[in-house]
Amino acid sequence: MSEVKLTVNGRAVTRDVEDRTLLVTLLREHLGLTGTHVGCDTSQCGACTVHIDGHAVKSCTVLAAQVDGSEVVTIEGLADGASLHPMQEAFRTHHGLQCGFCTPGMIMMGIDIVQRHSSLDEETIRKELEGNICRCTGYHNIVKAIKAAADDMAVGTPSMAAE
Amino acid sequence: MGEGIGARVLRKEDQRFITGKGRYTDDISERDMTHGVFVRSPHAHARIRSIDASEAKNVPGFVGIVTGQDLIDGAIGNIICGWMIYSKDGSAMKAAPWKVMDPEIVRHVGQPVAFVVAETRAAAVDAAEAVTVDYEELPALTNFHHALDPGAVEVHPEAPGNLICDWQLGDEAATDDAFAKAAHVVELDLEQNRLVPNAIEPRAAIASYNVAEEHYTLNTTSQNPHVARLCLSAFYNVAPEHKLRVIAPDVGGGFGSKIYIYPEEITCLFAARVLERPVKWVADRSESFLTDAHGRDHKTKAKLALDADLKFTGLKVETIANIGAYMSLFSSATPTYLYATLLSGQYTTPNIYCNVKLVYSHTTPVDAYRGAGRPEATFVVERIVEAAARKLGVDPIELRRKNFIREFPYQTPVLMAYDPTDFDALVEKGLAHADHAGFPARRAEAERRGKLRGMGFSCYIEACGLAPSKAVGQLGGGVGQWESAEVRVNPVGTIEILTGSHSHGQGHETTFAQVVADRLGVPVGNVAIVHGDTDKIQFGMGSYGSRSGPVGMGAIARALDKVEAKAKVIAGHLMEADPSDIVIENGELKVAGTDRKLGWHEMTLAAYTAHNLPDGIEPGLTEKAFYDPANFTFPAGCFVCEVEIDPDTGITRVVRFVAVDDFGVIVNPNVVEGQVHGGLAQGIGQALYEGAYYDDAGQLLTGSYMDYCLPRADDLPSFSLDHVETPNPNNPLGVKGCGEAGAIGAPAAVINAVTDALRTEAMTMPATPEKVWRAVQAMRAPIAAE
Repeated sequence: MSEVKLTVNGRAVTRDVEDRTLLVTLLREHLGLTGTHVGCDTSQCGACTVHIDGHAVKSCTVLAAQVDGSEVVTIEGLADGASLHPMQEAFRTHHGLQCGFCTPGMIMMGIDIVQRHSSLDEETIRKELEGNICRCTGYHNIVKAIKAAADDMAVGTPSMAAE
Repeated sequence: MGEGIGARVLRKEDQRFITGKGRYTDDISERDMTHGVFVRSPHAHARIRSIDASEAKNVPGFVGIVTGQDLIDGAIGNIICGWMIYSKDGSAMKAAPWKVMDPEIVRHVGQPVAFVVAETRAAAVDAAEAVTVDYEELPALTNFHHALDPGAVEVHPEAPGNLICDWQLGDEAATDDAFAKAAHVVELDLEQNRLVPNAIEPRAAIASYNVAEEHYTLNTTSQNPHVARLCLSAFYNVAPEHKLRVIAPDVGGGFGSKIYIYPEEITCLFAARVLERPVKWVADRSESFLTDAHGRDHKTKAKLALDADLKFTGLKVETIANIGAYMSLFSSATPTYLYATLLSGQYTTPNIYCNVKLVYSHTTPVDAYRGAGRPEATFVVERIVEAAARKLGVDPIELRRKNFIREFPYQTPVLMAYDPTDFDALVEKGLAHADHAGFPARRAEAERRGKLRGMGFSCYIEACGLAPSKAVGQLGGGVGQWESAEVRVNPVGTIEILTGSHSHGQGHETTFAQVVADRLGVPVGNVAIVHGDTDKIQFGMGSYGSRSGPVGMGAIARALDKVEAKAKVIAGHLMEADPSDIVIENGELKVAGTDRKLGWHEMTLAAYTAHNLPDGIEPGLTEKAFYDPANFTFPAGCFVCEVEIDPDTGITRVVRFVAVDDFGVIVNPNVVEGQVHGGLAQGIGQALYEGAYYDDAGQLLTGSYMDYCLPRADDLPSFSLDHVETPNPNNPLGVKGCGEAGAIGAPAAVINAVTDALRTEAMTMPATPEKVWRAVQAMRAPIAAE
C-alpha cells in the first residue's frame, strides 16, 4: 500500500492505495470522479485523459503513486461554477459529441493542444488528436470545436481559471 | 421554426457529458457490490476436461465462482437466434445450441468458461488467473472460406459440413435467362472484411437481487433494454418479466453490438442471486474484441447482365456469410433479408437472384453491425456497376442514370417496394459538390506531383425503420417491430415523453422534444424524454436499424395526435367553441378567426382540476401509442469520394468526400449531419483501415487498438454534406432515418475511387498501404517490362 497525496480539481486529497492502483482507478473508484472514462486497455483511446501539472496525460498509463504531490485536473474541474470552459462550450455549440464517452478525454486533450500551439489549423488538430479515439462523430465536429475554442481562448477569455 | 422540426437546436444531453456528469453503467456502484471477471478460453476449439478453482478460493477477497454447469443446474436457457430462415430445399436453418457457458466444449477464443467474483476488481482478476482449466485442444476451422470444403473440421454436429442454411431469394431461372440473352456480362469477386464494432464504452453489467421481493435489477449497456428483459425472461429463464427490471443508463455507443444479450449479462444476474450481492462486470477492451458480435465477413461472386443499350437485365449474387461459432440474435437475418432485398439498388434491374450460404466457423459470433446487410448489398451493386462502366468504356454516372428507377412506388424483384426519392437530384448535387468537372485537372496535377488520383461513386439505397411487424413475422422474425410512446402532460403543462427507443449517442432527448415543440408550441426545455428503463416505459423495441426516427418518433407523433385531440376538446369546452375550430400555436390554444385563446398551461391545469370538463371526458392528459409502420423507409444518397495515393508508400488519403442524402424530413440538421459524419468514418474505416483477422489456430490477431486500426482524426477528411428532401409518405413525420447511411454507402465509394486510381478491379478491403503498394507495382510492371 502507498499513501498518495495530491490535489484534484483544487482539492487536497490523501488516500491509501494498493501499489498497482492506476491514477484512473484512484479518480473513478476512490474519489468518485467518474467523468474520466476507461475505453481500452492499451493506452490508445484517450478517454481517460486528464491534466497532470498542466499537461494532458492518459490516466491509465500512470500509477496513482507516481502522481504523489501533483496537481490533477479532471473534466469535473474545468467549469468555473456555472460557467463552462470555452472548450466545453465549443463541443456543445459545434455538436462535437454524440454518446459522450470519449468526450471528457477529447476536451482535456483539446485544451492541451490549444495550450501548446500559438496557431492551429485543421491538419495540426487532426495530427494532435491521434491519441484520442471517437467512434461516433467521425471527428468532423470535434475538429471544428477545438478550432473554435482555440479562437475563443486566444482572445483572452478567462478560461484557465480552473487550472 | 423556433425549436420545432428542422431547427438546429443544441443538444440538451450535452451539458452532463461535457462536464463529466454522464452516468454510464460503470459509473454506478451498488452497496455491498462485488466484481466479476470471466475466465475465457485461450483456444478456438477444445474440450474442457476439468475446471479447478481450489487455488482461486484462497485468493484474498474471493467471493464465489459460477461455472457453466451451475447455470445448467440452475435451469438457465440457451441463447437464441431470433429469426428463422429456411434453405432453398425448405428445411429450417440448422442452429446449434448456444449454452451461456458451455461446460464441455469451447468454440472460439474468448468464450467464457467460468465467472469469478471477488470483493474488488483487482482481486477478481487475481482469482480468475488462479483458476486452472484443463483443455483438450481440437482442430479448428477459423477461415470460413474453407468452411464448406469436403472434410472441413465441423463446428457443430447439428450443422453437417458447417452449412447452417442454403438460402435464396429471387427468380433463378429468369435471371439465368437474362444472362443467356445478355449483350454484356460483367463478373466480380468481392469480399466484405470482418469488422469489430468498437463502441468506445465497453459492455458492462451490474446485476442485483432483492431476496425479499425475489426481484432482479440489471443495469447494462443495452440498445434495447425491453428486448433484453424479454429474452432474459422468456428464453434464458432468469426471472419472469415482472420480477426483472432492466435499465440502460447513458450508453457510450452501440452500432449494433449492444443489441444482443450476451452470456456475460445472464451470468451476472445468476451470480447476483446465488451470492445475494450485487455483481458488476465491465469488459476490458480485449474482451470487447473477443466477445462483442463482429460484423460483415462475406465472400461473394457477383455478375451483372446488360443488354446492347446498357440496361441492366440481370444480377446474380452468390455469397458465403460467416456466422462465427454461434448464431447470435439477428445473425440469420443480417446476411439474408437485410442483404439480398437491397440488391436492386437504385436500378430497374428486372431479374435478380441471390444465394447465401451461412456457415459456422470457430470465431466470435457475427451479427448486425451499423448497416447490417445493407453495406454488403451496396458494395456488391455499386462495385459491379462501376466495374461494368469501366469495362464497357462508359461514364459510370451515365451508366447509372441509364438505369435509375424514376417511377415510385417501385416494386423490386427482391421483395422491397420503394417509396419516392429522386436519384437524379441526388447525383446532380453530389457531382456539383465534388467538382466532378474539375476532376481531370486535379488528376493531372496530382500526376505531375507523382501521385495517383481516383474518383469513385456510390449511389446507395437502404431499407431502415424496421419495420411492419406483419411483414417481419412473415419473413421469420421472432418479434414485432413497432415502437411505443407515452405522452404525459403534467398539470403545469410540462411534458414527459416515455419512449421505447433508446439513445446511445443519437440525441433523442433533443430531437424527440423538438417533435413535441413543433406540435404543441411548448419550449424544448419543458419536455423531458424518458427512456432506457423497463420500470418506467412499459415496452419498446429499442434503437437499431435507424429506427428511432421513423418508428420511435412515429409513435410519439401518434400519441401527440391523441393529446392534441383531447386538448382541443377541453379547450373548446372552456372557450365555448367547437373542438374543430381550435388551433394550437406558440403554446396557446386559439379559436380560429377570433381573439379567444387559452394558454397551454391553463388548458392542462383544467384537465387535472377537472372542475369544468365536457361530459364523458376523463380527467388528466396522458396518451399512449403503439406505432407499427406501414413499410420500411428508404433513405438514399449519392456519395462521391476522391482519393490520392502515394505510389511509393501505398498510402491512400481521402482528399474529398461528398455525401448527399435523402432522409426525408430532417428534425435536427446538427444531429443528422453528426450521424452521417460518424457513419462515413465507419464506412471509410471499413474501406481503408479496419479488418479483423484470425490465424489458423483461431487466435484473433487484431485484438486491440494496437492491431485493429480504428480511424483516428488524421485518417479522415472533413466531409461535405448536402440533402435532398423527399418526405416519406408512409411516416407520420415524413422521416426516413439517417443512422446507418454513411456506413452503408461509403465503402463502395472509397474502393471505387481507389480502383479508379489504380486502374484495377482487384482490391479487397481494407485497402491498406501494403495492398495498394503491391497493386501499384503490378500496374507499373508491364510498363517497366517494355
